[in-house]
Amino acid sequence: MGPTAAGALFALSLLVAVALVHRPLGDYMARVFTSRHHVRAEWWMYRLIGVDPDGEQTWAVYARSVLAFSAVSVLFLYGFQRLQSHLFLNLGLPAVKSDLAWNTAVSFVTNTNWQAYAGESTMGHLVQVAGLAVQNFVSAAVGIAVAIALVRGFARSRTDKLGNFWVDLVRGCLRILLPVCVVAAVVLVAGGAVQSFVEPQTVQTLSGAQQAVTGGPVASQEAIKNFGTNGGGFYNANSAHPFENPTVWTNWVEIFLLLAIGFSLPRTFGRMVGDLRQGYAIVAVMAVLAIGSQLAVHGFQLAHQGTVPTAVGAATEGIETRFGVANSAAFASATTLTSTGSVNSFHDSYTSLGGAVLLANMMLGEVAPGGVGSGLYGILILAVVTVFVAGLMVGRTPEFLGKKIRAREIKLASLYFLTTPALVLLGTAVAMALPEGREGMLNRGPHGLSEVLYAFTSAGNNNGSAFAGLAADTTFYNTALGLAMLAGRFVPVVLVLALAGSLAAQRSTPVTAGTLPTHRPQFVGMVAGVTVILVALTFFPALALGPLAEGLR
Amino acid sequence: MYLPTWIRPHLAALRALLLLTVVCGVLYPLVITGIVQLPALREKAGGSMIEAAADGRLVGSRLIGQAFTGKAGSALPQYFHSRPSAAGNGYDPLATGASNLGPEDIVDVLPDPAPQKTGHQDPEARQSLLTQVCARSRAVGAQEGVDGSRPFCTAGGVGATLSVIGPRDATGHVNRPRRVVSVNERCPDKPFLATYRGVRVECARYGQDYSTGEILPIRGNAPKTPKVPADAVTASGSGLDPDISPAYARLQAPRVARVRKIPLRSVLDLLDQHTTGRTLGFMGEPHVNVLQLNLDLDRRHPSGT
Repeated sequence: MGPTAAGALFALSLLVAVALVHRPLGDYMARVFTSRHHVRAEWWMYRLIGVDPDGEQTWAVYARSVLAFSAVSVLFLYGFQRLQSHLFLNLGLPAVKSDLAWNTAVSFVTNTNWQAYAGESTMGHLVQVAGLAVQNFVSAAVGIAVAIALVRGFARSRTDKLGNFWVDLVRGCLRILLPVCVVAAVVLVAGGAVQSFVEPQTVQTLSGAQQAVTGGPVASQEAIKNFGTNGGGFYNANSAHPFENPTVWTNWVEIFLLLAIGFSLPRTFGRMVGDLRQGYAIVAVMAVLAIGSQLAVHGFQLAHQGTVPTAVGAATEGIETRFGVANSAAFASATTLTSTGSVNSFHDSYTSLGGAVLLANMMLGEVAPGGVGSGLYGILILAVVTVFVAGLMVGRTPEFLGKKIRAREIKLASLYFLTTPALVLLGTAVAMALPEGREGMLNRGPHGLSEVLYAFTSAGNNNGSAFAGLAADTTFYNTALGLAMLAGRFVPVVLVLALAGSLAAQRSTPVTAGTLPTHRPQFVGMVAGVTVILVALTFFPALALGPLAEGLR
Repeated sequence: MYLPTWIRPHLAALRALLLLTVVCGVLYPLVITGIVQLPALREKAGGSMIEAAADGRLVGSRLIGQAFTGKAGSALPQYFHSRPSAAGNGYDPLATGASNLGPEDIVDVLPDPAPQKTGHQDPEARQSLLTQVCARSRAVGAQEGVDGSRPFCTAGGVGATLSVIGPRDATGHVNRPRRVVSVNERCPDKPFLATYRGVRVECARYGQDYSTGEILPIRGNAPKTPKVPADAVTASGSGLDPDISPAYARLQAPRVARVRKIPLRSVLDLLDQHTTGRTLGFMGEPHVNVLQLNLDLDRRHPSGT
């Protein structure tokens, strides 16, 4: 079997596995978020937190809870890093400097996991497990909670209640993320991922040199890093590092983990709105976009156009031998389609057009399937925009799932859609205008612009992967990208919750012969089309100056 | 106690964060660390360390690549060699990572000749990815006794890149150059091309900016599929890649057999034993673990080093 055929089988096997798991996992998540029963451990936690688990919240209170939790998380994580040198298990590393600590705190709380630091030389074991990895769990649970609140907005009528954030947060962590991660972490160790609390162990290599072999609680972090679509690697090399991703089959497991929740949530959505077909339509949009992207990245990487890839004879720079070009392309496409941002190969060295597709994946707004929770609410917003566009064409009040899309709803949806492009394009423009921004570029010419554009696209969309040649650990980039991540996460979250509140307050409109059906292939095609066209209109000029200028000469 | 309303959700948030820190940040990793103490997992959780056959001392991890170079940085000929590495000075687990150089990184920043005379490196100088690939290919070709030429490389082992300076036509190309410079070949080197479009090709001088010209890589007539495999001339993502391709291993086998004074057949047999195919027939690419192969070589065929 040739590399192309083997690569196609690899991607296909992932598709089949995700298709098989999305029903049980989606149904399970629907049960988790609709059950009235609190298990004893949870009940104790609500007592300790000091909240009434059966008291539901309005959208504004829900949003305030999300923001309060995230604000406290940023402060806590910032303080944790600043105090690292005074704590134990710090491997003798000094306190993280202030701008980097701010950037990293925001990065992990927003589920971005952009890393301006190198894990092995910056963060001790304690900060990694009790600071960063905790945010891997809770930021993922926050994303799921917000998505579930929006689904409740569609499912409920004539109420101002969207559920209880604290219950959704705790259940997301305890009932969904933790159980899977326990299994996944042990599986990763079976493949060779390390799990220890030791300091680097210096050995004398075969040739007589010294080599410090690092340890650390890697497997436990690796599992949630991918399952929670976080992406922050224990080590600088992320999932390319043999201790994070030791074998070709752990590579498969990691890609599967990072796709699992994103592709299952549409099923949860279908379940909760009482019409599974709606969930199938949404997952079909995600699948169409994801398969298209996978084909494109595989195609460009295996064709290896460009001067250096042609000189080499393959696009192997930044690629591990065991994974090869195809399985690296599968990972790269999956990690940018979700908001994960973990990498098993280095995107900066991808072919120009392969790298362009990775950028475009994030520019889609990460909806195919997107980050845990954020992907579902992102694509539901796009569905709202689509019914609005369709309503304009036929001159009817647009409706989605029995809810009228009126001026207020479409304003919220439009603001949601405008937030990220504004952050990405303005951020890139400011960086290119300032000497501090231009100094960070490693590569010259169009590729340098691609590095900066990639950084702001990754931060604004809360992805976290990088064209890592950019020297991002500077005061300018730490501050600017931190702001982009913060606004890119919480402005949309507030807009989504406001939309959920206004949908829940509406009564349900009965379906008539004139209602646009939102479960047919026609609607799937329209949502996919609207997504691609909106992205193309917004970002084409920027892409043309960066990767397209480089790749199409 | 009276508390302002805005502070209450923040106190709940702090308590929730601390509780979840205990559950997800303390209990969870400890439970995993506990589970992996099982005999079947313990060695892997500890880093898959391996010992030398001779004296039983730890020589590294099965999963972490090593550089097989001697004190002076020259490759040890009795061993199979790993891929180029961008981790620190090579295979440094405390500085993992990739080169991050792009597919069109084809122009070197030449070193200042002045500090070089005193034995210092110019920190501003940087080899382009293309030149790194060309130089590695030439070196490996010379070491293994095969043709190290590649497309877009000069015979001297740098990127064959011209800056074609002159008026641009409507599409941005320079058809009637006034001046042509081979930007990666430092004077007084003789450029790889004598003339380009009738204009004499110059060598490049330190400190000159040739970026006004059209930057043009020249394909040359090297074969499409070079003798030196792709993984031998490119750095991995982690900088710790423990593996090489079977093709690169086979290229090195005759040299290893010659230096160790053993039949090529036995080296190739050993190579076959250490070649891992695709898992389940379709996952990943075939690869050879270099450290394990070298250890096995030392065990079976001790060489007078």
